[in-house]
Amino acid sequence: MPTLSPISRRRLQVFRHQRRAWWSLWLFSILLVLSLGAELVANDRPLMMQYQQQWYFPLWNDYKDTDFGGRLPTSADYHDPFTHQQINENGWMLWPVIPFSYDTIDMQLTHPAPSPPDARHWLGTDDQGRDVMARVIYGFRLSVVFALVLTAGSLILGVLAGGIQGYFGGKVDLIGQRITEIWSGLPVLFLLIILASLVEPNIWWLLGIMLLFSWLGLVDIVRAEFLRARNLEYVRAAKAMGLPSRMIMWRHVLPNAMVATLTFVPFLFTGAITTLTALDFLGFGLPPGSPSLGELVAQGKNNLQAPWLGITAFVTLATMLSLLVFIGEGIRDAFDPRHVEHVSTAEGVGNAH
Amino acid sequence: MPTDPLFELDDISVAFNGRTVVDRLSLSVDTGETLALVGESGSGKTVAALAALNLLPDNAVVSGRRRLAATDLAALSRRQWQTVLGNRIGFIFQEPMTSLNPLHTIGRQLGETLRLHQGIRGEPARQRCLQLLEQVKLPRAAELLKVWPHQLSGGQRQRVMIAMAIANNPQLLVADEPTTALDVTVQQDILALLAELRDQHGMGMLFITHDLNLVRRHADRVCVLHHGEHQETGSIEEVFTRPRSSHTRELLAADPEGRPGPVLSANPLLAARQLAVSFKRPKRLLSRRPPAFEAVAPLDLQVAPGETLGVVGESGSGKTTLALALLRLVSSHGEIDFDGVRLDQLHGEALRRQRKEIQVVFQDPYGSLSPRMPVADIVSEGLRFHHPELSDDEVKQRVRRTLNEVGLPEDVAQRYPHEFSGGQRQRIAVARAIILEPRLIILDEPTSALDRTIQKQLVELLRDLQRRHGISYLFISHDLAVVRAMAHRILVLREGQVVEHGDSEQVLTRPGSDYTRTLIAASSLASDSTP
Repeated sequence: MPTLSPISRRRLQVFRHQRRAWWSLWLFSILLVLSLGAELVANDRPLMMQYQQQWYFPLWNDYKDTDFGGRLPTSADYHDPFTHQQINENGWMLWPVIPFSYDTIDMQLTHPAPSPPDARHWLGTDDQGRDVMARVIYGFRLSVVFALVLTAGSLILGVLAGGIQGYFGGKVDLIGQRITEIWSGLPVLFLLIILASLVEPNIWWLLGIMLLFSWLGLVDIVRAEFLRARNLEYVRAAKAMGLPSRMIMWRHVLPNAMVATLTFVPFLFTGAITTLTALDFLGFGLPPGSPSLGELVAQGKNNLQAPWLGITAFVTLATMLSLLVFIGEGIRDAFDPRHVEHVSTAEGVGNAH
Repeated sequence: MPTDPLFELDDISVAFNGRTVVDRLSLSVDTGETLALVGESGSGKTVAALAALNLLPDNAVVSGRRRLAATDLAALSRRQWQTVLGNRIGFIFQEPMTSLNPLHTIGRQLGETLRLHQGIRGEPARQRCLQLLEQVKLPRAAELLKVWPHQLSGGQRQRVMIAMAIANNPQLLVADEPTTALDVTVQQDILALLAELRDQHGMGMLFITHDLNLVRRHADRVCVLHHGEHQETGSIEEVFTRPRSSHTRELLAADPEGRPGPVLSANPLLAARQLAVSFKRPKRLLSRRPPAFEAVAPLDLQVAPGETLGVVGESGSGKTTLALALLRLVSSHGEIDFDGVRLDQLHGEALRRQRKEIQVVFQDPYGSLSPRMPVADIVSEGLRFHHPELSDDEVKQRVRRTLNEVGLPEDVAQRYPHEFSGGQRQRIAVARAIILEPRLIILDEPTSALDRTIQKQLVELLRDLQRRHGISYLFISHDLAVVRAMAHRILVLREGQVVEHGDSEQVLTRPGSDYTRTLIAASSLASDSTP
């Protein structure tokens, strides 16, 4: 394991001292891990089963209806009463905690959809009879992964563009700044709406379009940091040593510029989630049927008689975004050198007593 | 000893988190006298003063008796302190660049002190401000009231700080390294001003400094601190002629001594002809571009193998710019000839390859090492780039040998720069330079951020390296004592112009220009330090 530098160690310590941020990080990590394994938590197929003394793993393999005594050569529907009965008579099934996937339409609802929460559907169903809990889990995963990829992408582009402008300065900086200014003037939302009428937007299209613009926010910070660092003495010493620019930027300037940049990242992250949700709400986002939180919000708005839809969407989004903001705050404070003093003072007082 | 001193500390101890920083310090200051509190960095001199004035953070534990005239300072409440600080006690800080608020004019900042403590406002306050600025001998006081701090020079700002400190006629003036950030010639003026004000207003003065030369000239009594422990107190004459403690003797003997070794050859290694640097000034809308700012006027210089050329000048004289120009880190005009290679005509890859012949050590030991790299990486970086054929083990071997050579212990390689003191960091910077086996090292004020005793060691190390490897130095400094110990020849710069250029001994003993004479007088060289 690579040893942490003392600075990072101190930062980690400060971060851990902030209980709100520390707990938020844990809670968010748990939620993320759970949602990454969404197929194991919420699925309309059993995890494993035994039928006529034979093992089946429907989660990984597709079995035909005919395998279990049915007559259709299509994939088995394990919720179908006939299949269900067949398997239970000749063996057993192990179901996930939530026996529905995000797109499973429950045909055995006792109430007209959207049906209110009950033991079968913990958070009720939406207006197409799909389990809300399952959709929330899958939607959470989709949002987080989308935001993660978008943030990583913007980080690479933003640091590259800002770094080159800041390090070389002069004309490169001047021209680069004007181009980014013009570029940031383009209306992102309209582009996405126009795109929605041209192609069937899928997650990659959305990601691509948003990536074209989301890096702009980072450029200014990174550029400023590089501008400052390029005249520091150790950067000059590296230049005098004859190192090429890319090595100096990578080894000497970037690690210091990353401090300011990293504090910005959590907010980029929440921004990405909000934008995706907003697009889905407006109907310009992910294709219909995708598990999306924005679509859940829209359903809540359209079905005011079914408050569990709106409430679930609100609670999910509010929790997710609050956790991220708390984590972001914690990171920001951990990187703030003045905050370290505060902690040590608190300890000092503690020791004095 | 007078019976009733103005300001008295008795058995003051200061501890942070259980670690004692100042140990049972006692001192007293009389009206009309200057007591110098002397020590190296980290000796606790500033902490002691801050502790006496209740200016330390809450985690400091202060014990002992402190008294100002008839007031027991230890018994004061927070509220009562506000009426003492800035009113009966004036404080002058070290950093004139940061101790004025950049967002308020001079007049407003001065006026604030008057308003808070004396309740003077409006026209009377203005009059008083003018009077104060005149007292500290700032010209055109009326204009200065409307000026922002950044428009003033360091010396002028320090005068404004002094005006603020004396605004309420304090009984005691505490000056914490008031001149350290200033040029030597400005230092003398400021200290003379302080002494004059002290006599005018009948104040006592506590003068905190590390510079014994200043103490000798500007204090009446001196108190020496070392690692928080009181060494001795006495009159200037007593302490300087018959020091009792061994540490004081060490401090007094800390002026760099000796002379550089002989030069190897007369053929120049580096020769610059008509080298000049100028910076374009920004063009205002609808006006013509002002003439370029000439940072270094065309000059010639030569450095022979094994020779040290000292470049001397005050801040703003263009000495660092000259160094950067020779390193090809700023663009310049004129020829730079390095051992037959025209450096000024090299570009890109060829220039980068050539760079390993000329290395540089900068002034600030805190800023010149990347804080995120362990020492081994910092030192070996250039080696790994210029000699990719070396194996990891060979690189490690070279790093160990080089660290050894600059006098650092074996185990430093894996540690990070912030774990080292200023002197050790400067040794790391020297190791980073010599590992490439350069033929010329440019030393840009390498000693000015260090304590005298550490300076001496570094100077000896540099001379030793020169003797062993025949390296040439271009040694930039404002400190003539260090330059004399290092340089064969001296080049005196002022505002980008060469004032004097010649043999070291000759320049220092028989200066040819008034400016050099002022510099020598200000750094109190001539009198005593020749061994």
